[in-house]
Amino acid sequence: MTISQIEIQLIAIVTAAACALPGTILVLRRMSMMSDAISHTVLLGIVIGFFVTEDLTSPFLVVGAAIVGVLTVALVSLLERTRLVKEDAAIGLVFPVLFSIAVILISRYAGDVHLDTDAVLVGELAFAPFDRFIVFGRDIGPRGLYLMLGILIINTLFITIFYKELKLTTFDTGLAAALGFAPALLHYGLMSLVSLTVVGAFDIVGSILVVALIVTPPAAAYLLTDDLGRMFGLSAFFGGLSALSGYWLAFSLDASIAGSIATMAGVLFAMVFVFAPERGLLSAARRRERQKWEFAVTMLVIHLFNHENTPHALEESRFVHLREHMRWDQIFANQIVKRAIEDELILHEEEQMLLTETGRVRAKEALAN
Amino acid sequence: MTFADLINNLIFDYTLRTVALGSMVLGVVSGALGTFALLRKQSLLGDAVSHAALPGVVIAFLLTRSKAPIVLILGAAIAGWLATLWMMNIVRNTRVKEDNALGLVLSVFFGFGLMLLTYTQRLPDSRQAGLDTFLFGQAATLLTGDVLTMAGLGGISLLLIAVFWKEFKLLSFDQEFGASLGFPMRVLDVLLTTLLVIAIVIGLQAVGVVLMSAMIVAPAAAARQWTDRLGLMVLLSSFFGAVAGLVGALISSLGTGLSTGPVVVLSISIIVLISLFLAPNRGLAWRWIRQRRNRGKLRLESVLADLFTLAEQHGDPRHPHPLQTLQAVNLGRGGVQKSLLALADRGLVSNIGDQNWALTPQGVIEAKGILSSMSNGEANS
Repeated sequence: MTISQIEIQLIAIVTAAACALPGTILVLRRMSMMSDAISHTVLLGIVIGFFVTEDLTSPFLVVGAAIVGVLTVALVSLLERTRLVKEDAAIGLVFPVLFSIAVILISRYAGDVHLDTDAVLVGELAFAPFDRFIVFGRDIGPRGLYLMLGILIINTLFITIFYKELKLTTFDTGLAAALGFAPALLHYGLMSLVSLTVVGAFDIVGSILVVALIVTPPAAAYLLTDDLGRMFGLSAFFGGLSALSGYWLAFSLDASIAGSIATMAGVLFAMVFVFAPERGLLSAARRRERQKWEFAVTMLVIHLFNHENTPHALEESRFVHLREHMRWDQIFANQIVKRAIEDELILHEEEQMLLTETGRVRAKEALAN
Repeated sequence: MTFADLINNLIFDYTLRTVALGSMVLGVVSGALGTFALLRKQSLLGDAVSHAALPGVVIAFLLTRSKAPIVLILGAAIAGWLATLWMMNIVRNTRVKEDNALGLVLSVFFGFGLMLLTYTQRLPDSRQAGLDTFLFGQAATLLTGDVLTMAGLGGISLLLIAVFWKEFKLLSFDQEFGASLGFPMRVLDVLLTTLLVIAIVIGLQAVGVVLMSAMIVAPAAAARQWTDRLGLMVLLSSFFGAVAGLVGALISSLGTGLSTGPVVVLSISIIVLISLFLAPNRGLAWRWIRQRRNRGKLRLESVLADLFTLAEQHGDPRHPHPLQTLQAVNLGRGGVQKSLLALADRGLVSNIGDQNWALTPQGVIEAKGILSSMSNGEANS
């Protein structure tokens, strides 16, 4: 591996981790689409910043973009509070306007500047190593790496310092307000960080990848844990894993790195979606299957129990009668009886089914519930 | 350029005419389907489907080596449809929330599409130039054929809406009731979502990914302010969409470097803003006026009640009190003097020389009424 390759992977991993942290909170607060909105409106901030400073590399662009990011959130809240439109519509109304203004400003007044709308949306991680960070005349690495590292540190600090407050305001807003926390302050602080992260990252990876890294790893983590701290960790881990695997996918296909990372994030989520213990599709299906059999066996045992020691006991405990009474088809009924025998709940002797003591206990418990 | 010139261009200039027609068709169809999306809280589905369409476009091209709009539209529609299905699947089967699923599907599909696109670009002899402009929207490059395709597909969608009007109405407002009546609600759900996907996809080539979501949400949001009735809302929404499309096309033909998409979005956003403020009943402007009027009325009532309560302590409900006393009682709430003047106008109080005010007989009756309704309210609460 060349130095450049290593650097790219490092940048990707750091970016993924930096995105996963605020992403976890956004996902839990059901504000995932806000990150999508911000990723589009930061363009306006950058354009305005550029008009003010006339310098594409000025840090003021980042500040301007972060401000517009927060402005987006504020406008959406404002619109929502009029109660004339719902939240999802509010988001869908605000960001296209800001984005359109940005596009118009660019094409009219900055047509010859390299501020390409496509590039904004898309970014190109492969070029990141070319932009070096020169300190005291020494080249210590790609600028992008230090930028994202800084943002990662800021995000980590924010989440560590405000961990309790974030936890409370995310899961119990009412209590938080009653206890005197200022949820609004925290909210805007969080949104500023999201804007900062989006702006820092999209130069390198484009706005779409940022959204992918903000919402997808936390979704996967959400399916694997109930613990907030572990969710942060898992999100960062999945993010990093997507970054690494995405890079090598792009390398083998000679395709966009950002796109591949987003794809791998999706693949990882899909895997968790299917295979997660407890919440994944497979275990849910297995659980449903198990419950179906348990229910059927319990029904059988209850049926036998109810008719025990009654005049019709002989009749009701015949296997053939089972089909008529319970309307189970042959194969299904066979299976149920087999399982019941395996579980030592009944004994099947010459067409008759008899409850064992275990079976009787089981029936009584079920009826008691 | 005069207005007459503009109209002249609209009729005779091929490009302007085509772009304007395309934008109007887009406006009508997205307005109509956007109404249902808005009501079913699926506003951001437009955003998601627009982005998710990219891999569909690329794969369609890879399979057919054709960049004919109908092929790309089909690819985009299938991808958008799959994305929607996966999103609903995620929400139905796991605890991942709707907004999360939306964002996830949106960005992952788009990323995947980007990966495919860049992979295609590297293939020798791929001639894929322009695939991405399909997504970023180049209304100015619309051809008559494109507009006809849009109009055709859009027309079919509108026809289906008309045919299944009652069913879609049920679906949007009371799904369970519809199910209980025996309608196949799941099928209808899929059908309506499919129509929405088609509407989005045909608009993509005109205004691009980001702006298409606006065309789904905005006309419907604007129309919502003017009416509570579904039929009228759909019509208004289509109308607003068409107007925005036309205005957008006209204005962007004037300036240099003004592409149609953003201007259309700004036009419809202005319509939304106007609707939010000025629509009868719901409009913000009317709400503010109502609030001011109510506040004034409340102030009048409280001053009247104060005068009565103060006077009662002297045993005479018409005992005068100086202005300062009343202001002290209403500390922090201004406008006492104005209220007194307004009350005097109505013959409820009179000025007994030098800033003293007293209730008139009519005023006494009014004050008693206010106080009794207030204490009734207290007793009830």
